[in-house]
Amino acid sequence: MRADAQLSKGDLILTLRLSLLRRRRALRRLWQDAPLSVLGGIGVIGFLLLALIGPYLTPYNPIANSFADRNQAPSLAHPFGTDNFGRDILSRIIYGGRNIFALTGSATLIAVGLGTVIGLYVGYVGSWLDQIAMRLTDALLALPSLLLTLVLLGALGNSRFTVLLAIVILYVPIVTRVVRSVVLDVKTKAYIEAAEIGGESRFHILFREILPAVLPTLAVEGALRFSYAIFLVASLGFLGLGVARPEPDWGLMVSEARDWYALSPHMLFFPSAAIVALVVCVNLMADGLRRLLEYSETD
Amino acid sequence: METPILSIDNLTVVYRLQGVWREAIREVSLRVAAAQTYGIVGESGSGKSTLVQAVMGYLSANGAVQQGSIYIEGEDWLRATHRRRQQIWGARLSMVPQDPLSALNPALTIGEQIAELVRRHVRLSRKAAHERAIEMLRRVKLPDPESIARRYPHQISGGQQQRALIAMALASPELRLLVLDEPTTSLDVTTEAAILDLFAELQADHRAATIFVTHNLGVVARMCQRVAVLYAGEVMEDAPTETLYSAALHPYTRLLLRAVPRIGDSTPLQAIAGRIPSLRQRPSGCVFAPRCPIATDLCHAHKPPQERAEEGHLVRCHHWRAVADGSLRVEEASSALRRREMQSAEISFFEQLLSDNQNGAQATVMRAEHVRVRYGARGLLGRLLGKKPPFRAVDDVSMRVPRGKTLGLVGESGSGKTTFARSLIGLVEIESGEAHLLDMPLRGTPRQRAKATLKAMQMIFQHPEESLNPYRTVGQTLRRPLMTLSGMSRVEADRAAAELLRAVNLPADYLSRFPSELSGGEKQRVAIARAFAAQPALILCDEPVSSLDVSVQASILNLLAQLQAQYDVAYLFISHDLAVVGYLADYIAVIYRGQLVERGRAESFFTPPHHPYTEALLASLPLPDPRARVRRIRLPDDQPSGGVPSGCRFHPRCPRYLGEVCRTQAPPWQRDSQGRYYRCHIPPAELAALQAEREG
Repeated sequence: MRADAQLSKGDLILTLRLSLLRRRRALRRLWQDAPLSVLGGIGVIGFLLLALIGPYLTPYNPIANSFADRNQAPSLAHPFGTDNFGRDILSRIIYGGRNIFALTGSATLIAVGLGTVIGLYVGYVGSWLDQIAMRLTDALLALPSLLLTLVLLGALGNSRFTVLLAIVILYVPIVTRVVRSVVLDVKTKAYIEAAEIGGESRFHILFREILPAVLPTLAVEGALRFSYAIFLVASLGFLGLGVARPEPDWGLMVSEARDWYALSPHMLFFPSAAIVALVVCVNLMADGLRRLLEYSETD
Repeated sequence: METPILSIDNLTVVYRLQGVWREAIREVSLRVAAAQTYGIVGESGSGKSTLVQAVMGYLSANGAVQQGSIYIEGEDWLRATHRRRQQIWGARLSMVPQDPLSALNPALTIGEQIAELVRRHVRLSRKAAHERAIEMLRRVKLPDPESIARRYPHQISGGQQQRALIAMALASPELRLLVLDEPTTSLDVTTEAAILDLFAELQADHRAATIFVTHNLGVVARMCQRVAVLYAGEVMEDAPTETLYSAALHPYTRLLLRAVPRIGDSTPLQAIAGRIPSLRQRPSGCVFAPRCPIATDLCHAHKPPQERAEEGHLVRCHHWRAVADGSLRVEEASSALRRREMQSAEISFFEQLLSDNQNGAQATVMRAEHVRVRYGARGLLGRLLGKKPPFRAVDDVSMRVPRGKTLGLVGESGSGKTTFARSLIGLVEIESGEAHLLDMPLRGTPRQRAKATLKAMQMIFQHPEESLNPYRTVGQTLRRPLMTLSGMSRVEADRAAAELLRAVNLPADYLSRFPSELSGGEKQRVAIARAFAAQPALILCDEPVSSLDVSVQASILNLLAQLQAQYDVAYLFISHDLAVVGYLADYIAVIYRGQLVERGRAESFFTPPHHPYTEALLASLPLPDPRARVRRIRLPDDQPSGGVPSGCRFHPRCPRYLGEVCRTQAPPWQRDSQGRYYRCHIPPAELAALQAEREG
């Protein structure tokens, strides 16, 4: 997108290098202004890596019971200890992270994608379509998120797919509103009018002229949605919903550890810490993204 | 000489930008005496705002005075404590800012704001302070000051807001120094003229030293006794106004004066090549050398000292002696430079591109008949949904634009001139009436129109900052209309885009640049190139130069004129500036409150008879010549959002108001002996006699 097709290869490389250089400079500035947000970003990447390659590192099966190893405190063999069935907690956290990333990640991506398309369209076209869409989002936003999810789980059955559907239904209106607000600002600019009188198609105006201006805001909003989704899934897991036992799930692990907290507090501590760490990291990363966006605006 | 009120010596102000200190103004010295008005002229980036902030003591946190001093009435202002400054601000030193609306508190009435200020410096009861406020509003000639005092800022017009601010600035009886920071830039010309009169009149009264900061050479000529010309943070020339306008010695001043369009003068404007250097790239030699037509190696290597050419005339140029005795001619050197630039611009491909122009041989490109445009919702439902009440922005406008010619449409803000253009191109809906472009009806939104219609009419927008998509390169922007409207392939479009750039005097490597890497003038050139890409028969130019600096404005106007001569395109050129329109237009139409009041050929436009509104516009123009006779016709401030007046729409403000007939009957179109039309009850012979009398 950045480089023009007619640029020679040399120009292309130069442009890329320049943009990388600019990005590196922006990152350095971010490190000075808000080091925590950089650490948050690194944390998120760390969790992601752990979810991707962790299963190949750990020697234990996360669902295999081993009565000999029940309720062991953290040790070299089991860094996070074991639970009441003798399962390795570190392995269960790694596999649980994998599940949570897959579920919330795909749900967030779908919600952001749908919300963007709807927000772009109704924001740009406006009039009665916009009115209807906004009243609909008002209605959806009025529903408490946990309640809606519980109703859906009750109606459609207790499955991961239902949780995914619930997240999408909850987040599409929010993303739609955010995108629409940016579109309302951008569409009054003369360059959009120039595209209109240049006979451009609606597709071109929406996705080539307006979308780039929405992307930075969208990145921040997407990161925030992601962290809320993790929270929601963990809460549901705590209630025993949306999970298929004995698949490891962070929320469920916390819930089950409650009965054992006096005997083996590590069972409660590690999954809780994982949830908190991931949510905090994602939030810090969102803050960093917001700052980076401001830098590029002021430059 | 008496001791000056303000004396600035050798002042250098620096800003810290990304860890490096940069000089924003350098070695500036000024002395302003009581009752004197000192003009500071500069383009954007010249450092004039920094100078104002330094004098007021408002420098931002990353700015600092590196050397030099500022004394106000002999008191060291830079070393004054904050407490001392607070005693002086508003009492002995005050300022009128550029944008009146943002300087007033929207939550307080005008009367409350002034009374608050009064009570800050003088011990008075609330009631007495309120009375003082009303008295001051009367002093700035606001009609019905009691009612103005009760209103909130948004309820009064821009001119009235500015008057209220002047009242606040002059509130203190012990005022010594008044700083005016572009006080009329955001106002219409008729309002500007009235405010300038007010300044001149009040100064006789308060006798404070005044600094008048502006970019407008006409305003300076009217208001100031002395002028300092600021460029890239340095004073280039400092002289009495008369001397500066008649015998300027610095090349920058001379070129700047030649870059302003003047009424009744159609000699080509002299643009200054290049742009003002940013803080980061100030040259080490003379700051003007990179743009100077007579610069030598000496200029690039060494900063010229400030020298005294004669008593009271300071100039900072190595070559001022040669300029003074006529052995170096700045203007000729500049034209030679520009000719070379033009020749290097290769336009053959572009010419070929446009040669199969299918405009046909029609004499009229566009005709509009009885066009009306209405804003706001009709009916109860719309009102319930919170829409604004209907307002007819364009009311019965008819005109023809001849092929290859320029029709200038002049009007003040809110006159409907831009709305009219937008309705033609489909960005707002035409309520009734008809418009045709080369026999194609202009109806509906751009999406509903045929490609051929879109292709035949394009538009150049007012703000270059907003007319290019910041996320798309110049190349991406330019090739779109070539592909969409002219049906070129990607490869052809890319080649044509490069040619387009060359036609607007930009290098082809700009294709890969983003708009943020371009200056305002360069962005406007790209916007012009985009408008020409589809080979239109008509281009709507919506104030294309009003947000550009004088030196850049000239080059854009010249470019438009040159492209028109080459490619036989018609312009509908919209502007609030009669001088700019007069420079470019073949025909001129004047619009007031959604209706045309006068139209005719441009050559004879500046001789009477005129519609009284046009007459007032002409009389209000600040001319860049201190010896110009000032014809004093001042209109009362327009009321914001008042209903449309009955009869002649101009009657509430008209200086030639006849009486009953103007209020009740819409005036007829009258034709004068030169073939111009105007809409007034006064017949041409009589009107011409009246206006000639005024002039004589």
